[in-house]
Amino acid sequence: MKVELRENRDFLSGLMFIVIGLGAIFIARDYPVGSALRMGPGYFPVALGGILFLMGIYVMVQGLIKKEKVKGNWSLRALVILPLAVIVFGLMVERTGFVPALIVLALLSATAGREFKFVEMLILAIALTAACVALFIYGLGMPYPLFGGH
Amino acid sequence: MELFSNLILGFSVALSLQNLWFCFIGVFVGTLIGVLPGIGPLATIAMLLPITFNVPPVSALIMLAGIYYGAQYGGSTTAILVNLPGETSAVVTCIDGYQMARQGRAGPALAVAAIGSFIAGTICTLVIALFGPPLAEMALKFGAPEYFSLMLMGLVTAAVLAHGDMVKSLAMVVVGLLLGIVGTDVNSGMSRFAFGIAELTDGIGFVVLAVGVFAVSEIVSNLGEHEERQVFTSKVSNLWLTWKEFKQSFGPIMRGTGVGAFFGVLPGTGPAIASFSSYMIEKKVSKTPERFGKGAIEGVAGPESANNADAQCKFIPTLTLGIPASAVMALMLGALTIQGIAPGPQVMTQKPELFWGLIASMWIGNLMLVILNLPMIGLWVSLLKVPYRMLFPAIMVFSCIGIYSVNNSTMELYLAALFGVLGFLWLKLECAAAPMLLGFVLGPMMEENLRRALLISRGDPMVFIERPISLGFIIATVLILIIMAAPAIRKRREQITDAA
Repeated sequence: MKVELRENRDFLSGLMFIVIGLGAIFIARDYPVGSALRMGPGYFPVALGGILFLMGIYVMVQGLIKKEKVKGNWSLRALVILPLAVIVFGLMVERTGFVPALIVLALLSATAGREFKFVEMLILAIALTAACVALFIYGLGMPYPLFGGH
Repeated sequence: MELFSNLILGFSVALSLQNLWFCFIGVFVGTLIGVLPGIGPLATIAMLLPITFNVPPVSALIMLAGIYYGAQYGGSTTAILVNLPGETSAVVTCIDGYQMARQGRAGPALAVAAIGSFIAGTICTLVIALFGPPLAEMALKFGAPEYFSLMLMGLVTAAVLAHGDMVKSLAMVVVGLLLGIVGTDVNSGMSRFAFGIAELTDGIGFVVLAVGVFAVSEIVSNLGEHEERQVFTSKVSNLWLTWKEFKQSFGPIMRGTGVGAFFGVLPGTGPAIASFSSYMIEKKVSKTPERFGKGAIEGVAGPESANNADAQCKFIPTLTLGIPASAVMALMLGALTIQGIAPGPQVMTQKPELFWGLIASMWIGNLMLVILNLPMIGLWVSLLKVPYRMLFPAIMVFSCIGIYSVNNSTMELYLAALFGVLGFLWLKLECAAAPMLLGFVLGPMMEENLRRALLISRGDPMVFIERPISLGFIIATVLILIIMAAPAIRKRREQITDAA
């Protein structure tokens, strides 16, 4: 059975560990390493990066031997929309205030689902926002303006 | 007796009106998310962590702990009634619990799960009360080498007992350690891996990482799967046990408690392993193993007691040593840190009301679960009818508020989005994220203790094997690695973690 490298689970995992390990060493290259007696800020990160690199190679080789496929699908739609919704909330919350940011967050998140009924989701978004305002702003006294920036 | 005066102190704290209320909220929310698949205690506690700012430390911990063991409880309810494990630890309960429900014995199945959990909870409360103080006393004598070796052991056990490939889990621990380094180095004041982002000089926020990796990525994954949930509710009547059923269950409950307590104090193991082991044992010791899988009450009693015992005994290493025994426990320590209390063995002596209040509240919480939830089962099951498409936007909203309210920082929201993507990648590549979170929490402590140990020994790494307690931890770590790498056990472990 032929398994493409791009869907070889452990090959990809190994690759990821290698990238993170080498990345850590690369970024930490200018941190003073010091000696075992007086460790500099670079000692621990470089050592960890090295260990991770070696483990990554092992996992990668295992992947080439075992040829396990990545299971399931990548659900790209949700993978793009949900982090985006978090980012949009971050962009809005200090500019438009708590209420609009929450409504957009709930609505945008909801579009990641397989079925999206606008009216139902609008009601849900409004209900959620009202509940959050009651709980967080009035209940717990969090100091965020409901509308408008600060 | 010191034990009794401690317990009396604990109950006087836990029985205050405010703490009873927080205990109730905790077990209520816990049961709720335990019933609902797709959201676990880890994500919930991470989301609610910021809310505990304004609450006294004892009440905060009581509530968070309630969420944790309440979730184990809620998970079993849906496992029995609709063959749907609300939490991973309830997978085993599905096997015989659902069969019992189909035979019209849902009542006894639910009752034995509740009673077993309660007995396990009671015994474990006593175990913690007995063994907590001597352990903490011992830990107070630990120096940097002992702490380093102990944390090493904790991380290695967490990795080898995690779901999936051992080397990948170990690598994930290292990823977590690296993430823990981000921020300003305490010794040199140098900022590391901060990429010039001001917010990162304080390190990656715990809530940010936990919510991103465990809440956001879980939703992405759930939305990718085709899930059609069929709710069929069998009629629940007769929520009690006959004398015969009680006699049948008593042994399994006791053995399950023992198994759960054992895995509980081992760092890194989840309740799923405890409940699965208990099931295997019950099947082995039973005179009629052929009944298992066809509605044997022992198959519910044992595992349910085991997962509750495990959940409670996880507090032993967490509170006495300051070493989180699981990812959820890492969040508990996070809650302590937010409150300005440094976790460690000194907590028990300096803040006895915190330690004993929490322990006593766990017993009260278990009692609440039995009394309140058996009559409320109908409500919980009807909750399952809430479709996921309405649930996940709510989780997103709570997650974002949770992250933002920690530091009022939008940068942390962007980071959480990034971790959401990363967490999903790890999920797909089957790289276990729970060991990563432990590595993240322990990373800074480990580096600090490594530096200090080598400073004391003048750079001689032999210090870790010259000190007897440290040597003990190192030997245990090596043994665990060797045993788990042995082909026969490795195969068996894969079977267990796959099933669990």
